[in-house]
Amino acid sequence: MCYLKAENICKQYAGKAVLTGVTAEIAQGELVCILGPSGCGKTTLLRIMAGLETADRGKVIIDGKDCTMLPPAKRNFGIVFQSYALFPNMTVEQNVLFGLAQQKQLNKGQQKAKVFQVLALVDLLEHKNKYPAQLSGGQQQRTALARAIALSPRYLLLDEPLSALDAKVRARLRLEIRKIQRELGITTIMVTHDQEEALTMADRIIVMNNAVIEQVGAPRTIYENPASAFVANFIGTMNFYKNYTSTFGVRPENIELTKNNLSGNFWTGKVSALEFKGAMIRVYSKLHDNHEICVDLPVEKATTLALKENDTVYLRVADRHLIQYAEVPKAV
Amino acid sequence: MMRNAGKILQNFNPSQFILLSILTSAFLAGMVLPLFSLFVKAFQDSSGVFVGFANYVSYFSQPALFHSILNTLNVSLTTSVISTMLGFAYAYALKRTNIRFKSFFRYAALFPLFVPTVVHGIGLILLFGRQGILTELGLVMELYGRTGIVLAGIIFTFPQAFLMFYVTLHYADGRLYEAADSMGCNALTKFIKITVPEIKYTLLYSFFVCFTLAFTDFGAPKVVGGSYNVLATDLFKQVTGQFNFNMGAVVSTLLLLPALLTFVADRMLNTNNYCEISTKAIGLKVHKNKLRDGIFFTVCFLVVSFFLIFIGALVMNAFTNFFPYDRSFTLEHFEFGRAAGGMQSFVNSISMSLLTAVFGTLFVFIYTYLLEKGKGMKHLKRLGRLLSVTPLALPGMVIGLSFIFFFNSRSNPLHFIYGTVIILVLANIVYFYAVPYATAAGALKKLDKEYESIAESMRIPSWKVFSKVSVPLSLPAILEIFMYYFVNAMVTVSAVVFLYSADFKVASIAITHMAGAGNMAQASAMGLLILTVNLLIRSMYELYLHSITKRRMKKEE
Repeated sequence: MCYLKAENICKQYAGKAVLTGVTAEIAQGELVCILGPSGCGKTTLLRIMAGLETADRGKVIIDGKDCTMLPPAKRNFGIVFQSYALFPNMTVEQNVLFGLAQQKQLNKGQQKAKVFQVLALVDLLEHKNKYPAQLSGGQQQRTALARAIALSPRYLLLDEPLSALDAKVRARLRLEIRKIQRELGITTIMVTHDQEEALTMADRIIVMNNAVIEQVGAPRTIYENPASAFVANFIGTMNFYKNYTSTFGVRPENIELTKNNLSGNFWTGKVSALEFKGAMIRVYSKLHDNHEICVDLPVEKATTLALKENDTVYLRVADRHLIQYAEVPKAV
Repeated sequence: MMRNAGKILQNFNPSQFILLSILTSAFLAGMVLPLFSLFVKAFQDSSGVFVGFANYVSYFSQPALFHSILNTLNVSLTTSVISTMLGFAYAYALKRTNIRFKSFFRYAALFPLFVPTVVHGIGLILLFGRQGILTELGLVMELYGRTGIVLAGIIFTFPQAFLMFYVTLHYADGRLYEAADSMGCNALTKFIKITVPEIKYTLLYSFFVCFTLAFTDFGAPKVVGGSYNVLATDLFKQVTGQFNFNMGAVVSTLLLLPALLTFVADRMLNTNNYCEISTKAIGLKVHKNKLRDGIFFTVCFLVVSFFLIFIGALVMNAFTNFFPYDRSFTLEHFEFGRAAGGMQSFVNSISMSLLTAVFGTLFVFIYTYLLEKGKGMKHLKRLGRLLSVTPLALPGMVIGLSFIFFFNSRSNPLHFIYGTVIILVLANIVYFYAVPYATAAGALKKLDKEYESIAESMRIPSWKVFSKVSVPLSLPAILEIFMYYFVNAMVTVSAVVFLYSADFKVASIAITHMAGAGNMAQASAMGLLILTVNLLIRSMYELYLHSITKRRMKKEE
């Protein structure tokens, strides 16, 4: 059942359209990622849902009620910004308590108990007396999260919450945020430009580009059946092959590569570069018609084939892995 | 229609709107309306009849008056060129060489800012005047007139030029020099290709600022100008000597010209992003060079030595019977005569400066906060920003004269503040407003712009974010503003010269009178008192800065 809905949202800044007729629905308890390149309008959409920005047109509906004109303070959400915006002159505990102290229906003891509860949830109890400057990036991020959920909001907004962190910390926090979100069952919208983050964390992904939504779906659907060339190229890697009539796309891991002649439908190409990627080797090969196609091979397979530059290779794709597109996207 | 109304309501905070409107009205009443009455006076005759440009025609047809313009241009041009060059050399020495005693030199350069400009003139008289210390040693020059005004102007504007270059050179990107080194550029090429583009804006700006300051200064020409007339002394004579207020208004409008020119130049220059400093800029490593260090050390040493001799002359005159003839120690010069305002004028100065600092800081910070962080209110905010930078263009005497016209009118309900400390405080707050505004805006811009959004999502009222977050985090800037207001109110002559009353004299005016009466010893003594109080306030501020840096380092451990 749809809990949060942005309906036909339009927004312009100085004559430039940031959102054009965007409609998005978020169900109760799910984690939805809004994914897109910078400048696609994703953060603006989030801020409109928060009430921090006003849409030029369109409606924001929360739990069946039109909340388009409701100020942020009346919407009951928690928010985490990319910068965290922690109050540097307050300790972790004071940061979390700052909002709770306004809740007059709670007495001092209840407020304190709530602070302890959320700090325990994000595993920061032992650091509660530290100032933000004394915390690591990951701890600051968790403080911001604790502060956002302390008031038991009805929905949670995360604006690029992990992009200021190191790769390792980021990977760990993905899991942690997901766990907490599940535990609380809190409806969450997260804005990110990191496709891996979206694929690993989201129940559903909303892919945006150029002020419009390109595709909405579960991570796996979006990866396997990208609805547009843009989505295909933005999420993971996609080879595009254009013939007289149309454009086909195929993922590098779905191409079969051999050094022997193949039967049936196949391409012939010359290896132009090899790229070691850890568990995989990416083989770039140039076809006769100058298309460049990349193929991901497990390291073991590549070793057996003893591939070198300028080797002639044969490539084959099963029909079910071929996706047809109207156009080739511009480089992202 | 309904939608629009809702949209406005959502992005709107009524209490912020009311407060911003009240403060903007206060600004209009305290600056724009007085200026307006001044302009009107420039186009009226003494009976209040509109006469068009007749006053200007009569002004320019009097050779004596017209000559003042040329004189003023002459001294301002000389002053600003020398000050800018000296300020650059001094800042370069502190930022781009390996000389010793840098922090001493840095603080010593600021000394002229802590005394009224009349004291610069007095110091020069003590050194180079008819019985001056250096004159007695054979260094004879004709001080009174152009030379004196230019020298005093240099002393007064040098720290301003120095500070501007110091900041610019401080934020230079060391990587550019490293890249140039790796390409084998020599020192001269680096200076021309990297340093000059870095400082060219500051160069022009420093020139304009020094020019405007010299153009509008009143204190120094008053005591060392002799018969060399400049616009500021003309204005004073027109108003207090001949009671020709309309001609005074005409001269006032002329005094506004260089600032107007600066404004236009600034607009033209600013189109090309002024000094965009990369956040990744790294500091500059200064290479060893004995010759360069030697030259720049000499420059700094000479400047500071001059200042020390200068202060020494004030001290000797203030504490001896009749320097240099009778060098016995005395405190008698600190018993100021009643006529000039006595010790009471010093006490008055302190209370006026404290009031200026307290109310000025409150107003600037709250107003700038609303301009920077207030929700919506686009047009009101744009007006507020314009009002906030306007005082930069207003000479103190122009503000003073416009206050006379505006507040002395019987029909003005605020007439009662005329002749009280209130009008002095108001004039000071307006006159020195632009720099505190820049300080406050800079500090507030540095705060995370999402604090207000976070607070709103947590249902924390905006005044609470202001008092619990913005104010504590901006405390260094707030104290800087306080100090700036205090020190400047202590030393200004031009903002108060038309506005003080016989019942409420201030120290800077008292000094002018003492110097006018030839009592250099008392003038020196009063100058030293002002210097001491200002240094005390400055040291307290520096100590505070030191303590918070230490505390912050502890927090980050």
